[in-house]
Amino acid sequence: MTTAALAWEQFRLERKLFWRNPSAAFFSFVLPLAMLLLVASVFASEPDELDVLIPGIAGMSVMATTFNALAMNVCIRREQGILKRVRGTPMPPIAYFAGSIGNAVANALVQVALVVVIGHLLFDVSWPRDWIALVVFAAAGVVCFGALGVALAHAIPNADSAPAYVNAIFLPVIFISGVFYSTESLPPVLDAVARVLPLEHVIDGLSGAIVTGAGVGDNLGELGTVALWGAAGLVLAVRGFRWE
Amino acid sequence: MPAPAIEVSELRKAYGDVEAVRGLSFSVARGEVFGLLGPNGAGKTTTVEILEGHRRRSSGEVRVLGHDPAARERAFQQQVGIVLQSAGFYPRLTVREAVTHAGKSYPRPLATAETIELVGLTDRAEDRSDRLSGGQQRRLDLALALVGDPELIFLDEPTTGFDPAARRTAWGVVGALRDLDKTVVLTTHYLDEAQALADRVAIVKDGRLVAEGAPSELGRSGSGYRVAYESTSGRVEHQTDDPTDLLHRLTGDALARGERLEGLEVARPTLEEVYLELTEAPRREAGRSPAAQARRDAEQPHQDAGPEAPRR
Repeated sequence: MTTAALAWEQFRLERKLFWRNPSAAFFSFVLPLAMLLLVASVFASEPDELDVLIPGIAGMSVMATTFNALAMNVCIRREQGILKRVRGTPMPPIAYFAGSIGNAVANALVQVALVVVIGHLLFDVSWPRDWIALVVFAAAGVVCFGALGVALAHAIPNADSAPAYVNAIFLPVIFISGVFYSTESLPPVLDAVARVLPLEHVIDGLSGAIVTGAGVGDNLGELGTVALWGAAGLVLAVRGFRWE
Repeated sequence: MPAPAIEVSELRKAYGDVEAVRGLSFSVARGEVFGLLGPNGAGKTTTVEILEGHRRRSSGEVRVLGHDPAARERAFQQQVGIVLQSAGFYPRLTVREAVTHAGKSYPRPLATAETIELVGLTDRAEDRSDRLSGGQQRRLDLALALVGDPELIFLDEPTTGFDPAARRTAWGVVGALRDLDKTVVLTTHYLDEAQALADRVAIVKDGRLVAEGAPSELGRSGSGYRVAYESTSGRVEHQTDDPTDLLHRLTGDALARGERLEGLEVARPTLEEVYLELTEAPRREAGRSPAAQARRDAEQPHQDAGPEAPRR
């Protein structure tokens, strides 16, 4: 089989494994949607808040399905010895990672689509005004957070501590990056921190695409920041990789 | 004669200041079952992992099926099956799914059902791998190594933790691999396993090769024969290189006295005796641990007591 065909095989296997692990599927799929429904129900009568919340939850979903999921996945598979086994077979590492990262990407894209559809159907948020920007920022976020998730796995000593490491980053980041409320209400110090990190820029790009109609050209600065984090993440993900 | 499956010369591997492998040289012929034998920490696993391509050597030459394993070429990995010391499976795949998936990355995989049959897991084929017993998981491990129909199979301590019945089954599988003309490299610290399975063994200690040869030849190269019998004053043991002459005298004397030599035994040293001699003697001479030295001296008070002392 060619490398591409093996990557596809691995992708299909990952989909199968994902759905056979209901609790993991629940956390990465249902939880963000449940939070969307709950928080959005509270603000259902306030369109301004919904305009913040819908792109915010979409951005959070991108991070949760890639950064969180891959950091945990790499730690668990490393500890289980699956990575070492894969390395001893002719399966090219690139095919393995394409399949396993592709799985995370598929989850992210499905999530963003669900958030957009639920936002429109249940909460009267308009359909996205700039589809290209939506795709570009979702894709940039996926690459950036996927790479950072794999890179983070190198720093996590074992699978038991993986959720602690992941949440120690994920929870503060979503609270300061404008997922649930506009970053304008943040204290300046936290706002400055959030501006350095990628999530706020992904959300700004998604917000432009869904709410204000700002296209990729209007948000080049945001895209550049996400790309820089993504590049740094890729370098760290590849260089520090441990198979066992 | 075809090129050997494995050629290793002056292999060295250091982890920081610690040298785990200190100049190993050996070769393994195609179709041979080769056993790497040694106590824990002797450098067996490090050596095998270098041959598998999992670790990089510090120095020395290594050719495995004509490849340098450190290059991690796909053509190399397609011809090699690896059973690691601890297995890693996707816990939510069934045996059949796991074997089928593993076969996908090889050019000419065996049929899934055939592979599962070979390791004796046919009746568990539809069960998830996390539902298998420890021994069954090791067999799945073996199935994943065999599905690509490799030339060369590495088995790192394949029966550690097995009950006796499971060990016999695993031995049967290695026998089947021999019948298929596969080259097998196995590490073990079970001497009976090496004796039962290996055409040739290399005994490794502290990262060095201390003996190499067929298990039966290694036995012969040891301290000759041991002849023992019960006398009225207790058990008598003799060491000799020529039991014919000794037995003639002993039985002649016994017949002359009208006695029987109760419990008469003539034994060649087992691989185990050779192994213990080889892997413990140098440490005693080096005197690295005073406590161990004292204990051994106490056990063997007459070790330098002349011609009757065990030869080395």
